[in-house]
Amino acid sequence: MINVKDTLIWQGIHYSLKECESFLITLGTIGKDFARVFYYLLRLRINIKATIEQASRFAVDSLPITLTIVGMTSIIISMQIAPELAKQGAENYIGMLSALVMIRELASIMAGFAIISMIGSSFASELASMSVGEQIAAMRVLKVDPVEYLIVPRFLAGVIMMPLVFVVASFTGLLCAGYISKLTADLSILNYIDSLWRGLYVRDIMIALLKSAFFGGTIALISCSSGYATRGGAKEVGEATTRAVVWSFLAIAIWDYVFAAMFYL
Amino acid sequence: MTIKVQNLTKVFDGKKVLDNISLSVEDGETLGVIGFSGSGKSTLLKIISKLLYPDSGTIETTKNSDIAMTFQYSALFDFLDVYHNIAFPLLERREFKGKYTRDELKKIVAQKLKIVGLQGIESKFPSELSGGMQKRVGFARAIVTNPKIILYDEPTAGLDPVSSTLIEDYINQLKKELNASCIVVTHQMSTITRACDKVILLYEGKIVFKGTTKEFLEGSTPYTRQFITASIEGPMEIKSTT
Repeated sequence: MINVKDTLIWQGIHYSLKECESFLITLGTIGKDFARVFYYLLRLRINIKATIEQASRFAVDSLPITLTIVGMTSIIISMQIAPELAKQGAENYIGMLSALVMIRELASIMAGFAIISMIGSSFASELASMSVGEQIAAMRVLKVDPVEYLIVPRFLAGVIMMPLVFVVASFTGLLCAGYISKLTADLSILNYIDSLWRGLYVRDIMIALLKSAFFGGTIALISCSSGYATRGGAKEVGEATTRAVVWSFLAIAIWDYVFAAMFYL
Repeated sequence: MTIKVQNLTKVFDGKKVLDNISLSVEDGETLGVIGFSGSGKSTLLKIISKLLYPDSGTIETTKNSDIAMTFQYSALFDFLDVYHNIAFPLLERREFKGKYTRDELKKIVAQKLKIVGLQGIESKFPSELSGGMQKRVGFARAIVTNPKIILYDEPTAGLDPVSSTLIEDYINQLKKELNASCIVVTHQMSTITRACDKVILLYEGKIVFKGTTKEFLEGSTPYTRQFITASIEGPMEIKSTT
C-alpha cells in the first residue's frame, strides 16, 4: 500500500506549508522588531554616537558602489535613448526625460539595490554572527536591550541617510546622462540643463525623498531583524544574509509600486 | 539565600529538557552543575539569567540582585576594545548612564582587570587576545556592576590545564571579593574539586545527585561513580544526541 507521506503531492504540500510558516515567522519577527524600534523612537531613547557611526557607514561607505551603479545605469540608458531622440528631432526632451526617469525611479531604486547588497547584507551578517556568538545574549544579561543598542541606530541611519544618498546619486546620474548626451547626440550642456529643468518638479523630488527614507528604513529594519533572529551556526548566518537581501529587494519593489500607485496613478 | 529555584520545568519540541528541578545557593557559595552534553545544564543557566523563560517553576533571588553570566566562548563584543567591553554596562545601561565620569570609569575598568590579572590591555581588541585572556576579560565585564550572583557557563572549556587552574582560582577569588553566589556549569573534574562547594548532577533533565563536593567525590551513588570514573557502563546511557 502506498504511504501518503511518500507521495510527491504530500511532499509538495508539506514544503509549501513550511515555506508559508517561514514567511509568516519572518514577517512577524520584522513586525515585532519594528514595534520595539518605534517604542524607543517615541521615547527618544536614541544612542546618538551609535547612530552617527551607522549613518557614516550607511552613506559614506556605500557611496562609491552606489554612485557607480547609478552612474553606469544612467550612462547605459542615455547611450540608447539620446541618439534615438536626437534622430526624431526631440533632443530638447533628453534632459527632461533623464530628470523624470532619474528622480522618479532610477536613482532611488538603484541606490536601494546598492545599499541592500553592500550595507543590508553587512547588517544582517554582523547581527547574525553576534547572535550565534552569544554576544546578543551577553548584552541582554548585561541588561542592555539589543534592539535599542543595535537596531534603532541602524534604522535611524537608514531613514536619515538614504534620502541624502538619493540626492547625490540623482546628481551623479543626471551629470552622466548630460555628458553622454553631448557625446552621442551632440547636445550642448546648456541645452541639456535647459531641458532638464522642464523635467524637474518639486513634488517629484519630495516624493522621491520620502520614498528613499522608506527604502532606507525598510532595508535597515529587514536586515537587522533577519540577523537578530538567527540561531545556530555559520550556515544560519549565511541563510540570514540571503534572507535579508531577498526580503529587502522584495520590500523595496513593493514600496516602489505603492508610491507609484499613490502619487502617479 | 541568594538563589532559590523550585520545580523548574522546560520543554523544547515536546522534550523535557529540565524536569522539576529545585536547588538553592547561599551567599558566598559555589554550586557546580555537571552532566552529559544535552542534559539541560546550559538551559538551567539561561533560565536563571532570564535569557529563557521556564514552562513552570519559580526562581527567587535576593531583592535587587544583579545577575552576571560568563559565556562558554566569552561572548566579548568584537567591535569594541577591552576597555569598552568591560565598561559596556556602565556606559549603556540606563541606570548607570552618566553616573560615572571618564576617569572613574577608567579606574573601575583598571581595577576589574587587575582582579583578573590583566592590567594594561584596555586598548586591545578581543581578536588580539588568547582564549584564556578572553575568558578573563569576560569575567571582568561580568563583575563590573558588582553582582551578587555569578553564573559561569563552561568557564574552562577549550583551555589548557594551566589556564584552567588559573580560571578556577579566579572563580574562587571573585566569589570571595563579592561574597557572591555562583553557579558553574562544567564538564571538568578539576573545576568541581577546586572551585565548587556543592554539586548537582543532571541526567535527562533531572537531578540524579545533589550534595557537597566531598560527597560527590566519594562516588557513593551509581550515577556519581559513573561520572567520576568516566565509565560508559552505568545508569546513565549515552544517547546518540549527546
